[in-house]
Amino acid sequence: MHVSSEELDKLAGDILGRFENAAPSPKERAQIPAQEMPAQDPVERVRNMREVALGYTPSQVRAESLRCLQCRNKPCIQGCPVSIDIPAFIAEAAKGNFARAAEIINESSLLPAICGRVCPQENQCQKYCTLGKMLKDIDKSVAIGRIERFVADYARENRCEKVPHVAAETGMRAAVVGSGPASISAAADLRREGHGVVMFEALHKAGGVLVYGIPEFRLPKAIVRHELDNLKAMGVQIRLNFLVGKTRRISDLMGKDGFDAVFVGSGAGLPKFLNIPGENHVGVFSANEYLTRSNLMKAYDIGAARTPMFASRRVAVFGGGNVAMDSARTAKRLGAGTVTVIYRRTGAEMPARKEEVAHAGEEGVEFMFLHAPLEITADDRGRVSGVKLIECRLGEPDASGRRSPVEIPGSEKHCAYDTVIVAIGNASNPLIKATTEGIDVNRHGNFIVNEETCETTLPGVYAGGDIVLGAATVIQAMGQGRKAAKAMNAYLAAKRQVRA
Amino acid sequence: MNRIVRKEKLSAEVFRIAVEAPEIAAARKPGQFVIIQLGGDVNERIPLTIADADAGAKTITLVFQAVGESTHRLAALGVGDSIENLLGPLGRPTDIEKYGKVACVGGGIGVAPLYPIAQGMKNAGNEVKVIMGARSRGLIIMEAEMRAVADDVIVVTDDGSYGRKALVTAPLKELCEQWRPDCVVAIGPPVMMKFAALATKPYGIRTIVSLNTIMIDGTGMCGGCRVSVGGRTKFVCVDGPEFDGHQVDWDNMILRLGSYKPQEQEAHHRCHGLMKLNEGEA
Ligand SMILES: Cc1cc2nc3c(=O)[nH]c(=O)nc-3n(C[C@H](O)[C@H](O)[C@H](O)COP(=O)(O)OP(=O)(O)OC[C@H]3O[C@@H](n4cnc5c(N)ncnc54)[C@H](O)[C@@H]3O)c2cc1C
Ligand SMILES: Cc1cc2nc3c(=O)[nH]c(=O)nc-3n(C[C@H](O)[C@H](O)[C@H](O)COP(=O)(O)OP(=O)(O)OC[C@H]3O[C@@H](n4cnc5c(N)ncnc54)[C@H](O)[C@@H]3O)c2cc1C
Ligand code: SF4
Ligand code: SF4
Ligand code: FES
Repeated sequence: MHVSSEELDKLAGDILGRFENAAPSPKERAQIPAQEMPAQDPVERVRNMREVALGYTPSQVRAESLRCLQCRNKPCIQGCPVSIDIPAFIAEAAKGNFARAAEIINESSLLPAICGRVCPQENQCQKYCTLGKMLKDIDKSVAIGRIERFVADYARENRCEKVPHVAAETGMRAAVVGSGPASISAAADLRREGHGVVMFEALHKAGGVLVYGIPEFRLPKAIVRHELDNLKAMGVQIRLNFLVGKTRRISDLMGKDGFDAVFVGSGAGLPKFLNIPGENHVGVFSANEYLTRSNLMKAYDIGAARTPMFASRRVAVFGGGNVAMDSARTAKRLGAGTVTVIYRRTGAEMPARKEEVAHAGEEGVEFMFLHAPLEITADDRGRVSGVKLIECRLGEPDASGRRSPVEIPGSEKHCAYDTVIVAIGNASNPLIKATTEGIDVNRHGNFIVNEETCETTLPGVYAGGDIVLGAATVIQAMGQGRKAAKAMNAYLAAKRQVRA
Repeated sequence: MNRIVRKEKLSAEVFRIAVEAPEIAAARKPGQFVIIQLGGDVNERIPLTIADADAGAKTITLVFQAVGESTHRLAALGVGDSIENLLGPLGRPTDIEKYGKVACVGGGIGVAPLYPIAQGMKNAGNEVKVIMGARSRGLIIMEAEMRAVADDVIVVTDDGSYGRKALVTAPLKELCEQWRPDCVVAIGPPVMMKFAALATKPYGIRTIVSLNTIMIDGTGMCGGCRVSVGGRTKFVCVDGPEFDGHQVDWDNMILRLGSYKPQEQEAHHRCHGLMKLNEGEA
């Protein structure tokens, strides 16, 4: 049953009323019901691109914050890749001191409005929450991400963010390759120290996966733009349409163009395909292509957009991660009749955020577990007509600890589709490696870096985010960008001393 | 911002523009291309070959045919206007080497990207013969430029309104028989490239083609440009655009190019309506 924001707000108001005069005891805190995230009605939202999760109301965020037990050992912090002081900001949020709460978050995170929305919290901070453990249900952990999102949105909308202080110009220059979360955080921290920072982005819009991959209905692009505007206001120069390795090489940037250090945050932009027959038929897309058309090129805005979107009635999406959910939900919004996510394992092994899987289900996306594709078939005009599938069962756990799918002989079948979206992940784009001497990569093509400093095997060149971690998360990319910037700031300071 | 500093109309539908792009002008090599986007949220990204460049003047030359909505919008820009987004140089450069005798075959707009290659081949010490074809006289472009670099130029038109009345494959077969080139470079509409590759195949002559698949990013990120070459999937934007014409799965490539035919036709008509243009004119 869909419950409106107004109704949820009223329930939260009643809770707050009960604790107006005295703070709740730990027992009372644990009894406060977990606050539900208000969302657009599924019936409505499959017909628009607007954000699905509407955000807590002020009463809700305070009620949810009251649930936090303020544990002395703060177990939740160990689950956050950037170690936000979670109980501290939640305590302020409970009191309604949202500006102060935002300050606490900003000590550790530069992109809370984004991470509050897209972090896989059930695998990070909320996984360790004492309350969730006590209630034996991870869904009843304190909704740390939702509180974080509210606080960050509050600070942005009420303009009480602190403009980061930029130190006096040092005369040193750093190049930042890419403009995803790793690069945004590295650029901000480098600039704060007073270094000249130029960010180079291949596409015609900055933001990386945050703009071309993750759809508007999950992460409004205005929020990403706001973060980029902040960078510009700090004096970071952003050069779009610049493919490092082709337009200029890293050796040119360092040799001829006078950059003293380089940060590479080029992401994991190389789509994996299934390697089965029929993969090049008309109507088979990588999730990257499908999502880029829709998000970056605004192809969903049929009528205004100049980039066409394939007209689909029956869509099969292969994969089980966030990329698969985003593709499936985009296809639904673009008018597909049926959309089926086909995954080799079961729902329990799906790596997607829980909330996205639930939202997809509410929107009518269907799931077919324990099936793997064998071949994509086409009609006589080369257009997708369906997929030959085989059933699987779960076998022994593999290296990742997940039980691996085993095909069941004789269980082949054919299902009719007119569109296939392949969302089985991304490998790292080999372009920079191929055009830069001295950068070593592992067998997956990921840059090898010093764990402490994020420096690559090429002195002065640092890297972080998906290009190092493989396809990971926004917050991990951000964490690495900051770690690299810290080391780069030390490197640049030392270099400057030598020069002086 | 990349300002257009020169613009010429080469035929009813074909334009040549010189655009400011300092880094690209310095870095580009024959065979490479750019991707342009005309700004704003909704314009699409389209690839165009770098037909020439002047590193001193910091400009690159693009030659394009107005075939659909985006190329019509580009054609509507004049000197002093800017192309908001211009990314390049993309793709791998042509393997320009001393082969001995090189036949360069260009169809329609394909003559433009062929020109820097013919020039490069000549400079590398090859004997270069050019075959250029178009539907009719009005669509023949860059003949004088080609004559200036090539040892011989053969012109054909489908309707016989200029040069020989033939398809490019007819003189190509004759060259294969009589002149025996060591390498053939064919650039033009996919069907032309397909038949040029078929024509040279019996002679076992190495045949380079430049594929014009649909592209989005041009950096290897989307896989939309993929083709099957020798049974293996390749990304045209990073592995190409040039491939061994005898290995390309032409039928699949041509089908994929038609993925958005209905939408493109509608956009094209809408665009002619908006710009008050007649068909066959831009
Ligand atoms: C569809 C999708 C959904 C996702 N959902 C989630 C989610 O819900 N939660 C979550 O935590 N994570 C999610 N992720 C993963 C997350 O987005 C990534 O881990 C994160 O964006 C990586 O950041 P990055 O800075 O390393 O690189 P990216 O965000 O990939 O940015 C890299 C940028 O570098 C540019 N670039 C690449 N090469 C060059 C070059 N040579 N020169 C110049 N520029 C270059 C690219 O164009 C790109 O803009 C999702 C990913 C996808 C694709
Ligand atoms: C590497 C490469 C180099 C090219 N060089 C030139 C050149 O020098 N001069 C020139 O005139 N043309 C060139 N093209 C073709 C040019 O990109 C298309 O004509 C242009 O994209 C058509 O866009 P449109 O909106 O005007 O037409 P549409 O009506 O949208 O399309 C007409 C046809 O162009 C093709 N096309 C459509 N969108 C794209 C896209 N995003 N990417 C590629 N092809 C598309 C399709 O086959 C389509 O049927 C090149 C293509 C490639 C891949
Ligand atoms: S950044 Fe992510 S992991 Fe850290 S507290 Fe916020 S939601 Fe949790
Ligand atoms: S573990 Fe949970 S309850 Fe304890 S401080 Fe962290 S958020 Fe609060
Ligand atoms: S155009 Fe996207 S991978 Fe080639």
